[in-house]
Amino acid sequence: MLEVTDLTKTYGHGDAAHLAIDRVSLNVARGELVSIVGPSGCGKSTLLRCVGGLIGPTAGRVVLRGEPVAQVPAGLAVVFQDYGRSLYPWLSVRDNVALPLRRTTRSRAERRKAAGASLDAVGLPGVGDKYPRQLSGGMQQRVAIARALTADPVLLLMDEPFGSVDAQTREDLEDLILRVRRERGITILLVTHDIDESVYVGDRVVVLTPGPGRVRADLPVTLPEPRDQITTKELPEFVRLRTEVSRLVRSRDTATLP
Amino acid sequence: MRWLWRVVVLVAGVGAWQLWASGAKSTFFPPPSAIVARMYHLWFSGPAAHLFLTPDATGNILPSLGRMLAGLAIATAIAFPLGIALGRSPVVTSYLNPLLQFARALPVVTLAPVFIVLFKLGTQMEIATIAFGTIWPILLNTIDGAATVDPQHLETGRAFRLSAWQRLVWVIIPASLPKAFAGFRLSLSLALILMVFSELVGSSNGIGYELSNATNSFDMTLVWSTIVLLGILGYLLNALLGGAERLVLSWRTSGGQE
Repeated sequence: MLEVTDLTKTYGHGDAAHLAIDRVSLNVARGELVSIVGPSGCGKSTLLRCVGGLIGPTAGRVVLRGEPVAQVPAGLAVVFQDYGRSLYPWLSVRDNVALPLRRTTRSRAERRKAAGASLDAVGLPGVGDKYPRQLSGGMQQRVAIARALTADPVLLLMDEPFGSVDAQTREDLEDLILRVRRERGITILLVTHDIDESVYVGDRVVVLTPGPGRVRADLPVTLPEPRDQITTKELPEFVRLRTEVSRLVRSRDTATLP
Repeated sequence: MRWLWRVVVLVAGVGAWQLWASGAKSTFFPPPSAIVARMYHLWFSGPAAHLFLTPDATGNILPSLGRMLAGLAIATAIAFPLGIALGRSPVVTSYLNPLLQFARALPVVTLAPVFIVLFKLGTQMEIATIAFGTIWPILLNTIDGAATVDPQHLETGRAFRLSAWQRLVWVIIPASLPKAFAGFRLSLSLALILMVFSELVGSSNGIGYELSNATNSFDMTLVWSTIVLLGILGYLLNALLGGAERLVLSWRTSGGQE
């Protein structure tokens, strides 16, 4: 589904050059949810932007469904951390959610219908006519998720999507993501700095080293489905995984996967 | 209740002026009652079919407003697209900046002789003066607006595969509009000043022309009438612009937070 091979990104040139990620390789199967964790400055966001074709890598390649990614590919959707800056304040919630169809769907009625369905799917019916500013932070991030769903993506990239909401809302949004993935079979790459979250939502957790980011570990998560905020998090397996990930994230050891 | 106090202050101010002026009996400061009577008689006692405008009003006020709006329209038609283009081209703008700052700093009234030679006395020269003077606030503010579009907004547009044209129309222009409006507001008050000035220099009709005639014939009541008329026009135009701004930028203000 998604193959990332030796992906490297250097910002700037000469003495000012900064190596953000270094030969990152990663394979993601269809329908898989892969969490990417690492200390701040490990190039998580850079990795995500390269995978999404938003920035070009310095070396290495990204292949999505057999096609090399050179620019933003069809079937991609992104949820950014800062919903306040990624939703357009001058568009109504409905027009924001319909945005991915601007280029592909000529009929306004069809776009509105699709936007309405996406809003229903994230549990926000009836807010289409409001402006994003009129909604709470958690609701705005739901709108951003609805917008991603409108794109009917095969690959969803999420860049610390729940980093700026309160704990309760965060758990609700994590469960929302698990639900839409179950219903639609979307492949998801989720960048987070929250270790519990990476284990709770992930099928796999990829741990990056401090910058420049390299893959330090790639752990399968063997927790039973469906996951539950209370019962899953009290399982010994959950505790074992979160401890292991935590240790890997904090470790100053520079050893990486071969 | 606040509006009531505003009326009270206004009435008290005019009343004080009336008392003082009728007591002083100065030829240079006629009382407001005389000014209002003169304004009514001269401009607003026409037939209902002409919206109560007298021939003197249609022959002077309307041409003045027409030239002012024509000058502003030309300035906006040049400055807004150019401002968007320059705002998105930081390198070009950095080269042009000294030139722009120099042109903006020129007191446009000193250029009037140049425009008189270029366009001869009359409407063309007047419109050119207004257009040249009002172009800078709109241009510089639009450049600023377009240059400071949130990078996250632009990246979102690319992530959802909007075309370059769609990013211009749905992202860059709406994001630049608040600052462009701020520039337009400055230009509007500048346009009123330049309209009067250019008509004082040389014109065969217009409010400035009436003002100049009144001064030459020491008709102080008429001088004050035109001054009050200009004040009223400035106020009305500003109110009109405020209304347009609320309409176009309704996303900034409408509705409350939930």
